[in-house]
Amino acid sequence: MMSKIVRTMASLLILFTLIYGLYIIMHGHSSPGGGFQGGAIIASGIALLIVAFGSDNIHKSLKEHHLAILASVGGLIFIGLAFGGIGTTFFYNFLLGSPIFGRIPPSGPTHADIWTGGVIPLMEIGIGLTVLAGLAAVFLVIALASAEREEEE
Amino acid sequence: MRKIAIAASLSVFIAFLIATAFLIHPFGQPPSQMDDYIIENTQSETGTDNVVTAVLLDYRGFDTLGEAIILFTAVTGVVMLFRARKKGER
Repeated sequence: MMSKIVRTMASLLILFTLIYGLYIIMHGHSSPGGGFQGGAIIASGIALLIVAFGSDNIHKSLKEHHLAILASVGGLIFIGLAFGGIGTTFFYNFLLGSPIFGRIPPSGPTHADIWTGGVIPLMEIGIGLTVLAGLAAVFLVIALASAEREEEE
Repeated sequence: MRKIAIAASLSVFIAFLIATAFLIHPFGQPPSQMDDYIIENTQSETGTDNVVTAVLLDYRGFDTLGEAIILFTAVTGVVMLFRARKKGER
């Protein structure tokens, strides 16, 4: 655990990090970004929390098996959406034209409309869950192991 | 004998590189029309404004599936390696 200044700043900054990461994930189909990038940003926020508060304190409320479940759910969303279009082909965009994310933008430069893209925004959410939970689990587990080793020495 | 083999394979490799440098297509002229097709038809076929995302998640979804599987496998390995051991377990 670090000093009070670091802890206060980390608990403020985590809000902006989470919002920015969610923004990057949700706007992956209309602006640069996507699941991998946004998930990495959110995982960096969790790494900030681990550094500021210490891995033991974070481990009280954030267990690695919860993160493993979250990562598996993200992967299952991705593969399930890919299998959803199996009637035509694997990875067919079957939600295009439906009320959920189904709008088709006109050709050329457009306004960034978030209700476009069919299965692509939902796949971004799945990949984002996988990346953020996976990277956060890696950070948490390695921090716990190094803290344990420091105690032993 | 071994040095001769190394020199021969290296010279074949360098000749291959030089031949490739002369045979490569000119800069700015892609060898196929696939990128033009993707740029023109992304918005009508996938409903996505971002062409990169459309290629990653729609035209070449298998590639992203492989990336996600690689990441998942790496995370599984790291968590398995560093998992919290019970007392007395080594």
